[in-house]
Amino acid sequence: MSILINKDTKIITQGITGKTGQFHTEKCMEYANGKNCFVAGVHPKKAGEKVFDVPIFASVKDARAASGATVSVIYVPPAGAADAIWEACEADLDLVICITEGIPVRDMLMVRNKMRQKEARGGKKTLLLGPNCPGLITPDEVKIGIMPGHIHRKGRIGVVSRSGTLTYEAVAQVTELGLGQSSAIGIGGDPINGIKHIDIMRMFNDDPDTDAVIMIGEIGGPDEAEAARWCKDHMKKPIVGFIAGVTAPAGKRMGHAGALISGGADTAEAKLAIMEECGFTVTRNPSEMGKLLKSLL
Amino acid sequence: MKIHEYQGKEILRKFGVATPRGIPCFSVDEAVKAAEQLGGKIWVVKAQIHAGGRGKGGGVKLAKSLDEVRQHASAILGMQLKTHQTGPQGQQVRRLLVEDGADIKKEYYVAALTDRATQQVAMMASSEGGMDIEEVAHKTPEKIIKVFVDPLVGLTDAQAKQLADGIGVPAASQAQAIDTFKKLYTCYMETDASLAEINPLILEGNGNIKALDAKFNFDSNALYRQPEIVAYRDLDEEDVDEVEASKFDLAYISLDGNIGCLVNGAGLAMATMDTIKLFGAEPANFLDVGGGATTEKVTEAFKIMLKNPKVKGILVNIFGGIMKCDTIATGIVSAAREVHLSVPLVVRMKGTNEDIGKKILAESGLPIIAADTMADAATKIVAAVK
Repeated sequence: MSILINKDTKIITQGITGKTGQFHTEKCMEYANGKNCFVAGVHPKKAGEKVFDVPIFASVKDARAASGATVSVIYVPPAGAADAIWEACEADLDLVICITEGIPVRDMLMVRNKMRQKEARGGKKTLLLGPNCPGLITPDEVKIGIMPGHIHRKGRIGVVSRSGTLTYEAVAQVTELGLGQSSAIGIGGDPINGIKHIDIMRMFNDDPDTDAVIMIGEIGGPDEAEAARWCKDHMKKPIVGFIAGVTAPAGKRMGHAGALISGGADTAEAKLAIMEECGFTVTRNPSEMGKLLKSLL
Repeated sequence: MKIHEYQGKEILRKFGVATPRGIPCFSVDEAVKAAEQLGGKIWVVKAQIHAGGRGKGGGVKLAKSLDEVRQHASAILGMQLKTHQTGPQGQQVRRLLVEDGADIKKEYYVAALTDRATQQVAMMASSEGGMDIEEVAHKTPEKIIKVFVDPLVGLTDAQAKQLADGIGVPAASQAQAIDTFKKLYTCYMETDASLAEINPLILEGNGNIKALDAKFNFDSNALYRQPEIVAYRDLDEEDVDEVEASKFDLAYISLDGNIGCLVNGAGLAMATMDTIKLFGAEPANFLDVGGGATTEKVTEAFKIMLKNPKVKGILVNIFGGIMKCDTIATGIVSAAREVHLSVPLVVRMKGTNEDIGKKILAESGLPIIAADTMADAATKIVAAVK
């Protein structure tokens, strides 16, 4: 097993005709069972056409109806990306993964509140991963996103991070030690996002095929602390924790829109301290995440 | 993106929030003329820099005659204004705001910002205006009133009243305060701000409510649709190297150490900086070259790092995913040649085509030190600069 996706997941690509969308769709289809997983694309004016033999539909609703897909991945440019997320929610998908970086925060605020309103009124809950994220992978089954497939190896370690390349770093360390990943998930670097650390930790805790987790965070926002507090009371599996940005100055946006220290509680030191208090095995040396994890097994 | 107080007040007025009358000035003569034009007997001469704490640093002065306006303007214009937000070197004052003196009966605080936990807009108000709000939050948190606004609904009358009541606005001025809060909220949303803060918001002797200061920060992801805000950008207030880097789509931030670092990905870049510190040195910068680390981008990144005289060595840390290590290695070699690199360079490369990349570096004839892990790279660069 794994979390969120597996070899039987059927996926719609929103933005499949763009350069980025095409490039990554091809890579994802080449990986493991990808060829059978990526079943539809969406473009309002190109219905009936195909990209890599994947049929294109005018809307997510049409694509879903024709293909039975329950998941979508978004490569739509920033100005239209929040609308694309909402379109996937209105089509009642289970999960939408938004890779797009640079979406205005106000657009994300609006769409997140629309999603909440829809659920409050009894509508279907659609999970959102991202935006500004690398996506997620279940090794040897399916990869949805922009991560390099070949560094992964099927195994029993869960990896979750806000950053793309830092996720790859942790994944590669785990793979090199002869271990592998159950799933690896990048939740994205934006301040207003969907799935958070706490949600992923819950899923890994419940996943019988995950034995331990590497949780990576960074400066800015309350999410890591919230996840740590939940883990203290509920998590049954060992966790290695790392927070990037001990050396980051306050008030500066460190690349990611959400990586900004605005108060005492969102510094790396504060988060590391809370994680340690909550029973994580914390490291300040990102080169040792894998080794440390192995020592806990 | 930040803007000046006088620009913030222009925006507030556009959304119907009352402010004192004021005129921005670029010279002492302009300041005196501005005071004449405003008339009255009391003026405030205010330094315009993108940092808070200007009053404490001597950048805000009250003038009771045109001579005093001239005196204060001469003293403030051109000064290196040091505040808790400028760093020890301070920031040079190039613009002034000359304003009507206000009749302050009471100072409040109000701000709008995006709350990450609730994914709504937080409107915060306090009876303790004119002070550092972080300090108020720390010492007397009960004096900060907060409401969370659903952006699908907007700030309701009931919420605005809750703020006005909570900070003790007198009954006669309640309607004006509520109106001000609602307009501030609208302004925050429509300008794609990430912070809109009025500190202090004042109650005048005659019961009027006015914004005596204005601090804005804007979401850089949304600037493409806010041309009027972009027009307010003042490059003099920004770090020269950061501005230069942004032209090449590089995320760069200057720091105080002596090890330059060039990394792909923001999280990995921070982790690299942290590793440098862990192994006994300090990073000179944050630099994320992004996903497409082309030769051109790497060359520009080297140039920007090397402009900093404090840089004694460079650490390159690349995780090759979609961008292959051999492509990046070629970029590093030609960049190092082009800038005639004279400081030690440690390269750590991982991922797709790692072996070919390492071979290219080794055969380049350049004194590049190869490393296997981030820790190894940090150890080697720290040793090389000692």
